[in-house]
Amino acid sequence: MEKTTVLGKNRTGIDMSPIDAKEMMALAKITPSSSTGDEQAIAEMRSQYIREAEVIGSIPPPGTLKGMASTAMEKLTGKNPEVFIDKLGCRLAFERAGVRLYDALITKCAASSNGSIVPIERLREFRNEELEHFKLVERAIRSIGADPTAQTPSADVDGMASIGLVQVLTDPRTSVAHCLEAILIAELADNDAWQLLIMLTEKMGMDDMARDFQNALREEDEHLAHIRQWFKQMVMEDAAVVT
Amino acid sequence: MALNLFEDKGCPLEKQRFTWKELVQPPISKLDDDAFTRVRVILMNGIEMEAIRFSHGCARMNKELQLPLAQLRIVEQHQATMVNGLIGADHSMLETTIGYEQVAIEVTAVVAQNEPDPYLAQVYRFGMLEDFDHLYRYSAMLDRLEGKDANNITQCYTDIVPGRPTVIEHRAPQDNLREHYDRSRAAPITKLNALTIMSAEQQTQNFYLNVAPLYADPVVRQLYVEIASIEEQHVTQYESIIDPHETWLEKWLLHEANEVYNYYGCVQQESNPRIKAIWERCLDYELGHLQVAMNMFKQYERRDPAEVLPGELPEPIKYESQREFVRQVLNQEVDLRALGTQFVDKSQEGEASQQYRAQLNSSGSPTDTVSAGYQWWPGTEIVRGKEMAFKEEYAADTETIR
Ligand SMILES: [Fe+2]
Ligand SMILES: [Fe+2]
Ligand SMILES: [Fe+2]
Ligand SMILES: [Fe+2]
Ligand SMILES: [Fe+2]
Ligand SMILES: [Fe+2]
Repeated sequence: MEKTTVLGKNRTGIDMSPIDAKEMMALAKITPSSSTGDEQAIAEMRSQYIREAEVIGSIPPPGTLKGMASTAMEKLTGKNPEVFIDKLGCRLAFERAGVRLYDALITKCAASSNGSIVPIERLREFRNEELEHFKLVERAIRSIGADPTAQTPSADVDGMASIGLVQVLTDPRTSVAHCLEAILIAELADNDAWQLLIMLTEKMGMDDMARDFQNALREEDEHLAHIRQWFKQMVMEDAAVVT
Repeated sequence: MALNLFEDKGCPLEKQRFTWKELVQPPISKLDDDAFTRVRVILMNGIEMEAIRFSHGCARMNKELQLPLAQLRIVEQHQATMVNGLIGADHSMLETTIGYEQVAIEVTAVVAQNEPDPYLAQVYRFGMLEDFDHLYRYSAMLDRLEGKDANNITQCYTDIVPGRPTVIEHRAPQDNLREHYDRSRAAPITKLNALTIMSAEQQTQNFYLNVAPLYADPVVRQLYVEIASIEEQHVTQYESIIDPHETWLEKWLLHEANEVYNYYGCVQQESNPRIKAIWERCLDYELGHLQVAMNMFKQYERRDPAEVLPGELPEPIKYESQREFVRQVLNQEVDLRALGTQFVDKSQEGEASQQYRAQLNSSGSPTDTVSAGYQWWPGTEIVRGKEMAFKEEYAADTETIR
């Protein structure tokens, strides 16, 4: 197996230029900052904006309230269905994005000479399961009369959080191990989010839906376990130590 | 090899072609490449962006030049694309920004020393101390937002301490204009210097305006907005030192010559062989552009390009740390202020700039806020940091959550 972590001419860090670094530190020490205080000043400016901020967006009202299955309607009365819709929308978006993350990972592994320990067929299976989960949540959203094509605030925020993962997975220079770590972050978050969603679904009284979600979670458990194992194995092998 | 602008004809325009793949090449390594490779990438992108901007301005004012300008401009567009794409996506926007300020410091410092006109040398030193301060402010932000050390970008070539504080760099417009060189008497290097620094500052201003809204944090947004406002002043300053009486064709000639001049310096000093090949290709293309511009000049102005251009190029910009020069200028000139086109001690600053600034800073200055008490240190200020105070009895509460 090829090494993915190589020794070379990394120019960051002060050990690269010890004399210059000493000069820089000497100057920095005797040069006071031009304004007093500390990072608390940033916290104060942020706080002011937080207090003045509006929400990032809202939950679209179920478009077909009248068309909503009456049983679903009954179960949701007296509760805050918008939270449920928000979290369903979030799961839908995450699973849909997960398909794309796996697409990128599959390409990386297939194109990389040192991706061999990761069975690509297994990745394809995981990818298809993310797609299945997306469709499952899509049906769930429809069943309560909400619009699965709308982007909810939690979905939007999750998208913000995931941008870095997309960048890592699609940068040609990242290794398979780097990408497995990115997917691991996604799967850890995914796993936790499914557990929360199942709990919420049960409390909403949607027992059939919760059962379907349990099946998805079982598959997610598999994803997480495998990704974690492959990642660990790659790092250990790269370090020439046995697992 | 010394380059001769009249004899080295470069690649003919009709042979200057790209594919999309050539326009998107592997970027430089943020970690392994020399900081000056990034400096050159950022500078040359700025120069290409100016080539495009100038060409549009010229086309809007000169019907008969529209076709040749369009033929060249699309090449400039693709050069800009190819060069700008060399910045890797592992640079956060703030990290790229640190690179932009390093360009403004190191390149302007060299230009200030190369400049034969003492007044213009003073103009460059004046602007340089302001960008020097920007590096410090952005370094504080990078540390306090992303937890990163700006010196991993600047690689010990450039000091990270306050310069002329940004909070007092804001000036009334009349104090941002300077006197221009005289087109008939100025040395060729004077014209190239002005174009180079103006281009770099213009790209910086443009970049900060684009980057500001990409950050979620209003603190970072304010920081970019405040510094972008200074970069606008810098563009105003540097474009005003260029003789406005130069004809459109004269300016076009100088633009192409300046591209040749700068790529030539890049070719000579590039440490990364793959990037060097890109500089060589661009140099060859620019010599071809210069041929076209010279022909237009002869055809429409009935003048010899040698009236405007030197045969042999002046000494290229040196890509090496200007620490000693910058420190000396910092010591001697940090208290200079601009009054009209002249530089005076801070005690003599005009009313207009003071009033303008007082109003703009009346709800606080973001550059001061982000760097409150900040001193750069290897590995970030956290290395010397103290722990945040907290109440143990409340912290114990977390036990019940488990
Ligand atoms: Fe998933
Ligand atoms: Fe998954
Ligand atoms: Fe160009
Ligand atoms: Fe600047
Ligand atoms: Fe500037
Ligand atoms: Fe050109």
